[in-house]
Amino acid sequence: MLFFLITLVSARLDGRAETPFDPCRSCHEIGPGAKNRVGPHLDGILGRQAGSVDGFAYSKAMLKAGEDGLTWTAETLSEYVSKPRDFVPGNRMSFRGMVDAEDRAALIDWLRENSGAKPADDVTAVSPAPTVSSDMASIVLQTEGDPAYGEYLSTECVTCHQASGHADGIPSIVGLPRDYFIRALLAYQSNIRDNEVMKLITSSMGNEEMAALAAYFGSLSPN
Amino acid sequence: MTTTTRRTVLWTLGAGAAALGMPSILRAETKPRVVVLGGGAGGATAARYIAKDSKGALDVTLIDAAEKFTTCFFSNLYLGGYRDFESITHGYDTLESSYGIAKITAHATAIDRDAKQVVLADGSKVPYDRLVVSPGISLLYDSVPGYSEALSEDAPHAWKAGRQTQILKEKLDALEDGQKVIILPPPNPYRCPPGPYERASMMAHLMQAKGLTNSKVVILDVKEKFSKKGLFLEGWENHYPGMVEWYGPDIHGGIQHVDVAGGTVETDLDTFQGALLNIIPAQRAGEIALSAGLTDDSGYCPIDPASMRSQADPDIFVIGDASIAGDMPKSAFAANSQAKVASMTLRADLLGSKLFPAKYANTCWSLIATDDSVKVGGQYAPGDGKIASTAGFISQMHEEPEKRQANYEESLGWYKGIVSDMFG
Ligand SMILES: Cc1cc2nc3c(=O)[nH]c(=O)nc-3n(C[C@H](O)[C@H](O)[C@H](O)COP(=O)(O)OP(=O)(O)OC[C@H]3O[C@@H](n4cnc5c(N)ncnc54)[C@H](O)[C@@H]3O)c2cc1C
Repeated sequence: MLFFLITLVSARLDGRAETPFDPCRSCHEIGPGAKNRVGPHLDGILGRQAGSVDGFAYSKAMLKAGEDGLTWTAETLSEYVSKPRDFVPGNRMSFRGMVDAEDRAALIDWLRENSGAKPADDVTAVSPAPTVSSDMASIVLQTEGDPAYGEYLSTECVTCHQASGHADGIPSIVGLPRDYFIRALLAYQSNIRDNEVMKLITSSMGNEEMAALAAYFGSLSPN
Repeated sequence: MTTTTRRTVLWTLGAGAAALGMPSILRAETKPRVVVLGGGAGGATAARYIAKDSKGALDVTLIDAAEKFTTCFFSNLYLGGYRDFESITHGYDTLESSYGIAKITAHATAIDRDAKQVVLADGSKVPYDRLVVSPGISLLYDSVPGYSEALSEDAPHAWKAGRQTQILKEKLDALEDGQKVIILPPPNPYRCPPGPYERASMMAHLMQAKGLTNSKVVILDVKEKFSKKGLFLEGWENHYPGMVEWYGPDIHGGIQHVDVAGGTVETDLDTFQGALLNIIPAQRAGEIALSAGLTDDSGYCPIDPASMRSQADPDIFVIGDASIAGDMPKSAFAANSQAKVASMTLRADLLGSKLFPAKYANTCWSLIATDDSVKVGGQYAPGDGKIASTAGFISQMHEEPEKRQANYEESLGWYKGIVSDMFG
């Protein structure tokens, strides 16, 4: 739901036509110069070993799956995307799943056509996130976050978002890029992302709180 | 000045010069001792946070009467057949092995506040420099005329999870078509305000799933209003037409007597008959908080809203259901949130670590039927001498099914989250 919402907003803003990849776009980049974002870039995804993109903070579960020989093919990817949580338990991808087999087939066809480009030279460099209230975001981004304050504030978050980075029905927020994290908080605060709990939690946050939380969660790695 | 002999000895032996200007407690070479009494939603969280954030500088002991903790939260889902018992039962192993917490499995019989020690059932004593008390509730069985602790085997309350929950489940599973369950919800204040009504929903779900279409859940309430009332009434009508009946005191006039053996509840209006009685009596703070003199006339423990420190004793923090937490409901989410404020303050007391302004949160999800979950939430901060609500929300009536399903997914995530926040 959330992903669709964000994607629709950003798709409309940048005038892109609808594609089967839209639900993925808020977290993954693909095409010339793609970088890692909330998720790893998807260039060369077909045939790629799971958990193998340099500089991306994978969950232990995904790294292990790759080491154990999981390679992304049309079949494995389709199965994964149908319910990511079940296919590699303990992974960080916060996506409920694409139930319809035809949707998945369309997505994989689309990936086959569009994942051939070369990623950026430095895939770890942060690129701008989809535009959600960018003025607000840049103000918060200029605020230096106090990780100690962030750690205290984070105690409220980890009642639901597991500190380990596991996502079981509630997205993982561990190790997210700072700009993405802040934009997401702002999107909840301004109701662009629709979730009552997050709207409530963000309602009492100022720039300092958001920056502190982004600094703290950005410093954690999943396990 | 601390009073234990060991400390005094070390002090005289000449740690003196180095200790000038340091808080008295740091002078000792033994670590300050923190004891947490009660290993539930509040206590387990507090023990874990104190141990984790003090990075070995504090000696943390957790006392709970039970070997394992069964969560009341999601116990209604167990009754409804959505979870098994193992999935709501958790051990303390990780707290011991990864956080260095000493778990003592014993019933605490007293808190000797003068000597600063907790007395256990076998007479042994556990000394503390700071104590966190999170014993949950005690049940006032005789608040329901005709009910008693002994009768809770036949008419379970299941308001403390464990064997009671299993008894209720066994009796529910044994119901035959046409038989009724009667629920007697407690008066305010009690743990988990929407709990009795979520339970009614889960019972109706189970009846429906098993084809007991002539069975019913009858709720005889002592309150006119209850948490999420509109949402529950709407949900019952949608999912279980004719299967859940709710009567407030305006209708039944008052509960006169229960006869557990005969399966009847006598009210001013009528005598109701049920094959299964689920009687949830009135509540107050866990017995140990009462005997330690931490409660006031309300039966709960007054605290400082900025720190969760007991108003009766500065070396003690009371959190969770046993505390008077102002506008916060008595919930696991709330207990977990209060534990973090208490832990931060306690570490500042003993180690001089930094204090940030206290803030609290709560969200309670209730499952009405498969994929139909509603929620209520709030944010809180110290204000007007209590923990005061600063913002809140509640699910709306007539919401999209997708939204309710997303709520359910979210509640599953919350359960995983809070359990790993409590037990590591
Ligand atoms: C049916 C039901 C459903 C619920 N659903 C939800 C929900 O969905 N969400 C939610 O947030 N909350 C829910 N709750 C409420 C939640 O369970 C409580 O609010 C929460 O457990 C309170 O935490 P606590 O630490 O105060 O007490 P508890 O969690 O009860 O922990 C107290 C512990 O102290 C121990 N103890 C007490 N006295 C002694 C002693 N003298 N010696 C040794 N040990 C002792 C007990 O063994 C126990 O383990 C529900 C409650 C019920 C009954």
